[in-house]
Amino acid sequence: MNVEEKVIEIITREQHLEPGVVKPDSTFAELGIDSLDGVNILFALEEEFKIDIPDSVAQNMKSVRQVVDSLTRVIEGKDISDLVAMAKGEARTGN
Amino acid sequence: MRRVVITGMGVFASTGKDVESFFCNLCHAKSGIGRIRQFDPSSLSVQIAAEVAGYNPEEYFPSKRLDLLDRFSQFSLIAASQTMKSSGLEVREEECGRFGAVIGSGMGGAQGLDHGYHELYAKQATRLHPFTIPKIMHSAPVSQVCMEYGAQGPSFSTATACSSAGHAIGEAFHLVKFGLADMMLAGGADSPITYGMMRSWESVRVLATGNGGDPSRACRPFSADREGMVIGEGAALLLLEEIEHARRRGADIWAEIVGFGMTSDAGHITQPTVAGPARAIRIALDEAGVNPEEVDYINAHGTGTRLNDPIETQVVKEVFRDHARRLCISSTKSMHGHVMGATGAVELAATVLAVRRGVIPPTANYTEPDPECDLDVVPNEARSQPVNIAISNSFAFGGLNAVLLVRKAN
Repeated sequence: MNVEEKVIEIITREQHLEPGVVKPDSTFAELGIDSLDGVNILFALEEEFKIDIPDSVAQNMKSVRQVVDSLTRVIEGKDISDLVAMAKGEARTGN
Repeated sequence: MRRVVITGMGVFASTGKDVESFFCNLCHAKSGIGRIRQFDPSSLSVQIAAEVAGYNPEEYFPSKRLDLLDRFSQFSLIAASQTMKSSGLEVREEECGRFGAVIGSGMGGAQGLDHGYHELYAKQATRLHPFTIPKIMHSAPVSQVCMEYGAQGPSFSTATACSSAGHAIGEAFHLVKFGLADMMLAGGADSPITYGMMRSWESVRVLATGNGGDPSRACRPFSADREGMVIGEGAALLLLEEIEHARRRGADIWAEIVGFGMTSDAGHITQPTVAGPARAIRIALDEAGVNPEEVDYINAHGTGTRLNDPIETQVVKEVFRDHARRLCISSTKSMHGHVMGATGAVELAATVLAVRRGVIPPTANYTEPDPECDLDVVPNEARSQPVNIAISNSFAFGGLNAVLLVRKAN
């Protein structure tokens, strides 16, 4: 099972959704995932993949695609400083 | 002055999962106490409790909802559902701001807390589930109930150990009486039967072990051979409503709340005094404009410990003088156990039913008189007699007392 399939499986399970509802291009908003649901999904992902997802990266996860992309990079140990910078930029202009 | 009536009730406890079965069991002296089933209690010196037997949360809630509900919140929502249904109340949108909730809990989300600590300390987890806080906070039940019924008026939780529900109902009563709300859901919820909690209670040495006997008979308030209290779980809520509001919608009025007294002993963190509880009863009588001689029934705090029962007897004698021996006093904790932060609500529900139906539930498991507890404790058998005015006592650890006084609907 690749990262995308695993992410979809976890979101489906944690949101108690029917199989097939969560698609690779679904956004959290479309799926009715609120901020508390979001941290729950992050927790499940961290448990599943045995990783720590930095808060700054987590803030950018608003769609299945974003989760898969960010997660893949964290799992592969790739540089995520651009994600962190993006999150900080968003945080500055966010409100 | 605005009058406040009870127009709905819900009870979810070891002695019954609804108001009817709850009161029926109490009146048949049927105890809900047994060996602990929520975890293996084999290593504990106290292996009994008053649990809600055969409770399956999946029967009551969808799984997504359950993710955010610790057991005490589940119980609260079930009791709230019963209360709203029995009241027939449909809150109009423009009234939501006049509708609130106050729910007490002594121990909060004990289940979630115990689970979290186990993960953390025993299993060396480095992170805890993000729902831990929203599940275990003391105010979770009241928030969940408000969300469920759109209650947008004054709402909060109370935490005064064994008086939590007494304070919750008393405060809700005053909010309606003094015009800050028209409808209040009030009561308490607790689910403290966890390994950690039972270990903590065990060392206080106030629990009945029930060892060597039938666990259902372990709690024997006012009886000379009493050996302590039994921890229980559950929730009970009452709908308090301004009387004209209730009349306008043709509501069934179960009883009227007429007095609330609260005091602090300022004495000792576990030992009760006579003066503090006595003052609380007098304050409730004064507010109600009721003479001590008019009180027919007291639902006692009656924990069944060596210390509480004789002190409570002295309290009653101090306030009621000659009338103390004429009134009836019973401890229904003998059956539903000490439901901690919910106990005041569970017991007020029993008190209201005694008033409404003219049946006084007994003190179960009574075996022999104790000269220090020489009141009419309605031993073992329910008594049919008119009850016009009744009191429910809650005297918490730490000397925080809450006394509620109800009158038959007229």
